[in-house]
Formats: sequence, structure tokens, C-alpha cells
Amino acid sequence: MKHYRAHLLVCAGTGCVSCGSFKIKEALEKEIKTRGLQDEVQVVATGCNGFCERGPIVLVQPDGIFYQLLTVGDVPHLVEEHLLKGRPVKKLMYVPPAEKQPVPKMKDIEFFKHQRLIVLRNRGRIDPEKIEEYIAFDGYEALGKALTEMTPAAIIDEILFSGLRGRGGAGFPTGKKWAACAKEKATPKYLICNGDEGDPGAFMDRSVLEADPHAVLEGMVIGAKAIGASKGFVYIRHEYPLALKRMEIAITQARENGLLGQDILGSGFDFDLEIVQGAGAFVSGEESALIASVEGKIAMPRQRPPYPAQKGLWGKPTVINNVETWATVPNIIRRGADWFQGLGTETSKGTKIFALVGKIANTGLVEVPMGITLREIVYGIGGGIPDKRDFKAVQIGGPSGGCLPAKLLDLPVDYESLTAAGAMMGSGGMIVMDDKTCMVDIAKYFLNFLQDESCGKCVSCREGTQRMYEIVKGITEGEGKESDLALLEELAQITKDASMCGLGQTAGNPVLTTLRYFRHEYEAHILDKRCPAGVCKKLIRYVVLSEKCTGCLSCKKACPTEAIKGTLKEIHLIDQSKCIKCGACKEACRFEAIEEQREEAIQII
Amino acid sequence: MITFRMNGLEVKAEEGWSLLETAKFYGLAIPTLCHHEGLTEFGGCRLCVVEIGEGLRSKLVSACTYPAEEGLVVRTDTTRVWAARRMMIELMLAMAPGSKVLQDLASKFNVTRVRFKLRHGECVLCGLCTRICAEQMDAAAIGFQQRGHKRKISTPFDARSEVCRLCGACMYICPACQLRCQGPDADTAICNGCLTMEPSCLDHYDDLQCWMYDAGRCGTCVQEKKS
Repeated sequence: MKHYRAHLLVCAGTGCVSCGSFKIKEALEKEIKTRGLQDEVQVVATGCNGFCERGPIVLVQPDGIFYQLLTVGDVPHLVEEHLLKGRPVKKLMYVPPAEKQPVPKMKDIEFFKHQRLIVLRNRGRIDPEKIEEYIAFDGYEALGKALTEMTPAAIIDEILFSGLRGRGGAGFPTGKKWAACAKEKATPKYLICNGDEGDPGAFMDRSVLEADPHAVLEGMVIGAKAIGASKGFVYIRHEYPLALKRMEIAITQARENGLLGQDILGSGFDFDLEIVQGAGAFVSGEESALIASVEGKIAMPRQRPPYPAQKGLWGKPTVINNVETWATVPNIIRRGADWFQGLGTETSKGTKIFALVGKIANTGLVEVPMGITLREIVYGIGGGIPDKRDFKAVQIGGPSGGCLPAKLLDLPVDYESLTAAGAMMGSGGMIVMDDKTCMVDIAKYFLNFLQDESCGKCVSCREGTQRMYEIVKGITEGEGKESDLALLEELAQITKDASMCGLGQTAGNPVLTTLRYFRHEYEAHILDKRCPAGVCKKLIRYVVLSEKCTGCLSCKKACPTEAIKGTLKEIHLIDQSKCIKCGACKEACRFEAIEEQREEAIQII
Repeated sequence: MITFRMNGLEVKAEEGWSLLETAKFYGLAIPTLCHHEGLTEFGGCRLCVVEIGEGLRSKLVSACTYPAEEGLVVRTDTTRVWAARRMMIELMLAMAPGSKVLQDLASKFNVTRVRFKLRHGECVLCGLCTRICAEQMDAAAIGFQQRGHKRKISTPFDARSEVCRLCGACMYICPACQLRCQGPDADTAICNGCLTMEPSCLDHYDDLQCWMYDAGRCGTCVQEKKS
């Protein structure tokens, strides 16, 4: 085997790829060749590092130097300085906000420092398209242990004892699910990996599948042995081409190496996997809908019980777990349930991956131990709110999760606390909002998403989400009535109560939590016809301040709808009937002569 | 036999019975709309919701799809159940105010107002027509399209179906499009006529004379309540 003195680990998650990391990789390889270093330095494309805000990212090992926001133009300088002369390039390193000195090493950066990597342990470290690299980092060790040393009952006991709970959102104990399926007599049994991630702003499953597909695969084979399944399906949405490609490569490589298929590792156990592409319906993430989708039917949930563990795919016992859950399994088997027990809180064990997005300095993917507070995630890892603005709320748990206000920032992140606060763990989307966000508008956004994505079976969910959207939309347009709030609350509660599946049963959350924590904003919209954050377009208007306007024409040029009248050196006027309230004029004005009015008075004019 | 409790009574159900079937067997009335004997259960209208379990963990489930379970505690008429049923009726009435089935349900559950914008449609997407077409007529000429607020029932690609035999079963079974409410002001959201009507035969006889044993259902022999 060839030895290299340095490795350049180029991040090749979807985020960095879209910023051109493959071009950086090509340029690095070319530059290294022209300098004659190809036998000393290796370039590796890895899975997502999580620090997507700073892509494209290159990590130089063994030094652990972290380079960010690279362009192809930086490459020759980087190779010459760092690899030839041994001088790390300071100007390409990460500089924390409000500081001047760069932080050279990855492990010293705040974003990485507080994370605890278990599921994502191989991110940014191995080439996900090479099974050898996975094996080199203890990959498939757990599989060997499970197939040769453990009985199915012992595997289930281990998972049960570890306290692992489903990472898809509901948090059902994984061991219990497996045990229920294992005791069913009907055969064949099936396994499904739920990779139908549909929350806006969430990309946990995608990153795991892209960074470490073999971990998911290994977890599934262990699960198959535990319940006695012979066939498994990996359900990935077709919007994730890179994840699909890497999973396909992983399955092929595992088959070639005797880790999948007939007689795995010579143990006499047979199990094979197939990839199923989802067509992008959010509701397909619900387990009974996903099963219907795999069967080739409309993705429409059905009544449980019978649960999939009893009657699932084609009426046979089926275990269906989330991507993250499957990827956690090999770690528990390899390191033991005791070790896993020691992480997290009393009821929530282990770690959870969150997609940290929105108004936050360090956008990206983080894996943290359960029980960490929201404040540590938002301010510690996330680096706080950019542009010196104030934190307003964090939306947790996807569209049917809830918005939690600043006073709950010290809430520990575990299944029970989040549910008690009106949000939910969900699959792990975390959207941070600053004081420029209107909470009524946020509720409207999520309701619009839900009325689109409800399967349409239950009256409560289909009509409930539509009517809630209708009412909230009315409120944002200044047509709200005082009675609307009571009706909204009643409707949201009944939508939660009367719907069949998880989508409907949580569809009231965006309304209920914003009403619970931000009721004054709704009241401002309804009573004063005012949007405190200045977001709802029908409730604001732009006017020219005649004493400041110099008649420079720049606002007129910026206006996309030609709503501004006036000639050079004359005070301009905005025609309100044409104005679409995009704010382009305000941005273009150098004299602060355009004002955004949010007062009640504008309704009278 | 499966033994469980329903409204405090101990009931026995056959293996495979739903809560609705058990309730029917014991004569407990649960309203339904998308349920029809002879068709598979759908669980979409949510009118048949009942409360199961006790205390904080109690929840609403549709009686037509929920199987009878050993030891279950079921309550068919609680405040929570009624609030949900009345909201479902209100939501469906706003979709298709012309439906007599829905207007009757509104009267029965004392739903006297609709707080949502009326759509004046003719379909509540209960799926009865698609099921009778596929399961009894063996045609499957119509089905659901789209999801969420775009959902509708139609033939594939909205083209005239080649498998449709124009048998009319879909119209026969529809609770919304055929049977129109004949009560006063059918065009407004709520008729509530049945609340103020009573059979006229009771003026002359001691017993109800209606051969349908369902006073006022046809709407012809009723008069304004005198009291």
C-alpha cells in the first residue's frame, strides 16, 4: 500500500459540490501533478463536513488545517505555500465573527468543538465511495460481531438496553419495534430505510447517506439478522441524486465483498437490499404511506394498528426506521449498549443531528448529544445571529414542529422537553429566526406547505390546513377579525385531534405555538393592522421623504414595476397602486429618503 | 372473542371487527359518511371518531378503521368527540352546502353556523364513488388525483374513460352531489330546517305513520314545530 505524507480532504457534500468543490478537487490534482507531488500528497473527496456556510472546504491532514471558501484561483498558492514550503495559508483560514485572528485547526473551531460525532463519525474523513476506507475506520466490525457472535435475541436486547429511539421524529424505542417484528411468525419479513426527508431546510438524512452510506447499510444488515428479514428497501427521494448514487455504489461494493447477498461473511445468513426512489411527496415520510409508495400505490397513510411490525409491506411484518437510526445501530453493536447509555439524558440517549439554518452565522449540519440546550446550539455552535440582530425564535421539528421563543433558549433538547414546549424533535430541522421575521408570516408559510402536502384523505387535515391557511393569510393581509384567533385555536386543536396520521396530528403546531408564544403579533396584525416586523406586504408601504429626496433617480431605476414617478432633481413619488413593496427603492437610495411605514394610518389612506 | 369496554359497558367483538361494527352490534349510534357496508373502510370523513384510552394518553381514532382490541376503553360520545364531529360537519358543509346528507347531520349535531368561506362545491372527497367503482363495479374508472388542496376525483388524465359503463353507481352512492337539500334557503350554508320541523302525521295519529321509520327524512310530510 502506498503511503502519502499529506491528505487533502475535499468536502463533496451537496452544499460544497454546488459551490464547485469538484472543480477545486480537479485543480488541486492538476496543481499537485505539475509540482510533482502526486506520490506524496493524495486528494480525497469526502462526505459533508457540515459547515456548509463556508464551502468549498478542504481539510489538510495530518496537520488538521481547515481551509474554507476556496476558489480555483486559490489552489496554486495553497499548494505552493502549504505543501511545498510547509507554511499554512492564513488568509484562507476561518476567522470567527467579531475576531481578527484566524483559527487554523478544525478541532479548535467553535462550530466543531462542541459537537459529538457518532453517526457522522466518518464525515469529512473517508471517501464514501470506497468501502476500503469505511472498513479501515472499524467499518463492518459490528456486522461481523452481530452475524458470528450474537443471536438475534441478543442483538435486540442490546438495542433495547441502549435506549435508542427512532430518529425520524416520533421517538419510538427502536428495540421495541424490532422485538415486536421478531416475534411475528409470518414470512418473509422486510426492512425499510426511510430516507424520504421532506422538511423545508432539513438535510440530515441526505448528508448521512452522502457521507457514510455503508454505515446505513451495515445497520440494516444487523437489523435484518435481528428480526429475520430477507429483503430490505432503501427509500430515497429522487431529489437527492448524489445520495442515490453513493448508496448504489455502496450496495454494489458490499455485494462484491460478501457483505450483502447470499451467505454473508460465511455465516449462512442471506439478505439483500434494493433502492426505491421516492417521487417527492412529503407525506411519504409517514411509515404507512411510505409502505404504500413502495408497493406502487398512492402515498396515503392508513390506520395503525395493525402496525407495520405486524402487517407492513405486502401485508408482511416490516421494520421501518429512519436513516439516522440505522446509521446509529453499528456504533451501538460495536461499542456496546453501556457506552451508548452513557450519552444523553434520562429518556433520550445518544446524539441527534440537526440542520441548523436560517438567520444564523454558522449554517450547517451539527451532531450534538441529547440534552444540550438550545442556547449552546444557537450561540455556541451556530455562532449567534448575524448582522448584530436579536434572536426571536427557533423553529424545531419541520413544518409541523413549533416555534420556540428566546425565553426557552435554555430548554434541553430531548424528546419530552420539546413536546412539552409545543414543538417536537422531528427529523431535526432547526430554523433560527431574527427580529426581522414576522411570526404570523412564518405560520402562513408552514400552513401553505402543509395544505400542499397533506395527502388529502382526512377532512380534518385537508380542510383544516386549508382553512387555517385562509384565516392566517387574511390576517397577514389586514383582513383579520378578532374572532379569528379563537377559531384558529379551535381548528388547530381539532385538526391535531381528529386526523389519522402524524402529519395531520401535528399540523396544528405551527399555529398553536406561534399563538402561544407570539400572540401579541397576531393581535397587532388584527387590531392595529400593523406588522411589527415589517414583513407582511399588505400592511406596509414605502413613501418618499420629501425633505431628504435629492431627485437622483436611483430609486426610479431600481423599481421593477415603474411605480416611481419624477424627473432629475425633482422629488420622487411612489405610485402605491403599482408598488409591489419589494423594497428595492429603499436599498437603492443613498440619502435614506425612502421610509417603510408600518403604522395604522396607512390603512386609512 | 375480544372483550373490551365501550361507554362503560363490557362488549364482546368477533376477531376482525372494527369499533364501528361492534358499536352497531350493540346498538350504539356512531355517525358515518364515508363508510359503506360492502366497501373497504377509508377513514377519511372523521365523523365516526371515538375516544380511546383514558387520561392524558387518550386519543381520537376513526371507529370504522380501528380494530377491536382486547382490554380497550372506548367512549363514543365525549366533549372532545363531539367538538371534532361538529367541526368536520362545518368544514364539509363549507365545501358542499347543497348536500342534504350534510345538512341533516348539521341539524342532528346542532351545527348552526359555518364560519368559513363557502365554496359551493359538490364533492367532499369521501371516496365512496371511487371505491364502489373499483370494488363493486370492477371498473376503477375514477380515482383520486393530486394531494392536499389540489385533490380531486376524476378519470385518468381527465379524459372520457373507456372502462366506464355509465352505470351510475358513483352517483347513487354520493352523499353530496345527488341528494339536494330541499329545506328553506338551500343556497345558504345552513338549512337547519329539520330542527324546526316535525312530522304532520302525529297531529292525527298516536304513532308515527312514516313507512321509512325515519321521521322527516323525505321532507314531504313535515310541518313547522308548534311549540
